[in-house]
Amino acid sequence: MKKVFERTKGLSDAHFTFCPGCTHGTIMRLIAEVMEELNIIEDTIGVSPVGCAGFCQDFFTCDFVGAAHGRAQAVATGIKRSLPDKMVFTYQGDGDIAAIGTQHAIHSAARGERITSIMVNNAIYGMTGGQMAPTTLEGMKTTTSPFGRDPVSAGMPMDFPKIIANIPGAVYVASVSVDSPKNINKAKKAIKKAFQVQQAGLGFALVSILSTCPTNWGMSPVDSLDWLRENMLPIYELGVLKEIEEVKNL
Amino acid sequence: MEKVLLKGNEIIGEAAIRSGCKLFFGYPITPSTEVIEYLSANLPSQGGTVLQAEDEIGAINMCYGAACTGNRVLTASSSPGISLKQEGISYAAAVELPMVLVNVNRCGPGLGGLGPAQSDYFQSTKGGGHGDYRLIVLAPSKAQELYDYTMEAFDLADRYRNPVMVHTDGFLGQTMEPVVLKDRPEAPEVDQSWVVNGCKGREKRILASYSLTNEVGEENNLHWEKKYKEIEEKEQRWESFHTEDAEYLLVSFGTTGRICKSTVLNARKKGIKLGLIRPITLWPFPVKGIRPLVDQLKGIVTVELNTGQMIEDVKLAAECKVPIHLYRRQGGMLPTEDEILAYLEDIFQPDGSGEVHE
Repeated sequence: MKKVFERTKGLSDAHFTFCPGCTHGTIMRLIAEVMEELNIIEDTIGVSPVGCAGFCQDFFTCDFVGAAHGRAQAVATGIKRSLPDKMVFTYQGDGDIAAIGTQHAIHSAARGERITSIMVNNAIYGMTGGQMAPTTLEGMKTTTSPFGRDPVSAGMPMDFPKIIANIPGAVYVASVSVDSPKNINKAKKAIKKAFQVQQAGLGFALVSILSTCPTNWGMSPVDSLDWLRENMLPIYELGVLKEIEEVKNL
Repeated sequence: MEKVLLKGNEIIGEAAIRSGCKLFFGYPITPSTEVIEYLSANLPSQGGTVLQAEDEIGAINMCYGAACTGNRVLTASSSPGISLKQEGISYAAAVELPMVLVNVNRCGPGLGGLGPAQSDYFQSTKGGGHGDYRLIVLAPSKAQELYDYTMEAFDLADRYRNPVMVHTDGFLGQTMEPVVLKDRPEAPEVDQSWVVNGCKGREKRILASYSLTNEVGEENNLHWEKKYKEIEEKEQRWESFHTEDAEYLLVSFGTTGRICKSTVLNARKKGIKLGLIRPITLWPFPVKGIRPLVDQLKGIVTVELNTGQMIEDVKLAAECKVPIHLYRRQGGMLPTEDEILAYLEDIFQPDGSGEVHE
């Protein structure tokens, strides 16, 4: 029989460990497909974070280094400075990159590190059981904001890619979502661009991806996608937030 | 061989360059800053990279990333900065990454002062960060040793796939002394079959310390323990000074170890049979240097720049068979050789019946 479709070479045959309806798997597959299309699997070193995203080291077929919580940007910097000809990317949740690891991400961008950063924003801490994240929406209930995030004491959600977009060393910043086939296609294009930026040695690239957490949101997978569209899209504007001329010409 | 006059911290930088260190990540902090300054001026022209990180946490994690690729990497800091690095050091120990860490001790706790201290002895030798791990810790007492031990630290780190710390202080770091720039010793054959550098032509590799299965976790701990035991067996180092006939013993490392040599010589002038063990490795602690002397000794004084930290290891080494006392200065103060001798005479009332050395 003629094979019409197969798993991307960027993913191993390990089974995803994610909860039903979680979109981590979708995002990982997009990255894996991009690595295959760019023919960089054997030249790439990924840096995994702590949290649900941390399992990614088992799923990709490239080399991987596991970082301490929040330190993926610094670890990636060390790898890239040691092996400047290799491709290096980080895969981080919103808590990892935008709370405990904020300083590393901001300064990676400021130095224009030639690395590709993937931020997965599901507005909550998944692995530890649904605590408030820097991206948790106003009024959103989590186990550490049981009455809803109160801006008076907990502040407003951080739109992290917009912060990064203001930094000169960041040359490509995109905000995408994986809630629909159309948005998934856009997300893949953004991820591909972020890797191409690194191949061209242009500077720091970040793709922020809106994602679901049905388990900790307490919703079905389908309802989660609706909730993301209704609640997250108005807060986290999608689109290319920053793209310097050289990146546009890639 | 070339002989130069350099500041202690600069010597560390020069030793690193001549050891084939390719990368330095750090953050300025007194009294260690000359290490990053010296390397910023001199490593790039040798094909290396120096990066001033956003903070110490960033710096140690950059070292972690770079060490994963198999290149030689160094960081240097002083006590509060080393505290910030502890998380990363624990991760580096777990992933078994060779790297060299320099702690130019200042006095603490808190922000503390800049004067010489040995107040980070516990932190350096007993773990420091979370989990159950050990660093190999080398304690130089003069400029030439800053050079020699830094070079050796890189080889030890590679040989055991373990972070190695050079434990020095602001006195040694800031003092200028002549140093012979010896050539790099024959580097050990290094197994690099674990490094992460792209999986071309081989299976993918993962360097991480995550183990959610308790059985796997215990296996990991047993593996590390085995390595630590091997290091304890093979790598204890110390300098013995007039110990052959010693009835009394000083145990002291680093700056105070150096001062204690004068104390020993002054005591010998008075007929007091005093000797010195100067630990070179703080971990593994040189039990083998102290234990054989126990039966001939009437008393031991540890001389430290803290409230008494190494004394615990000395008591274990001597199995508490000899009275052991502490003479210490703190807060950046150094003892004189006479102060130490006066303390020893006061405590032990030695009879001075030995041969008088002039």
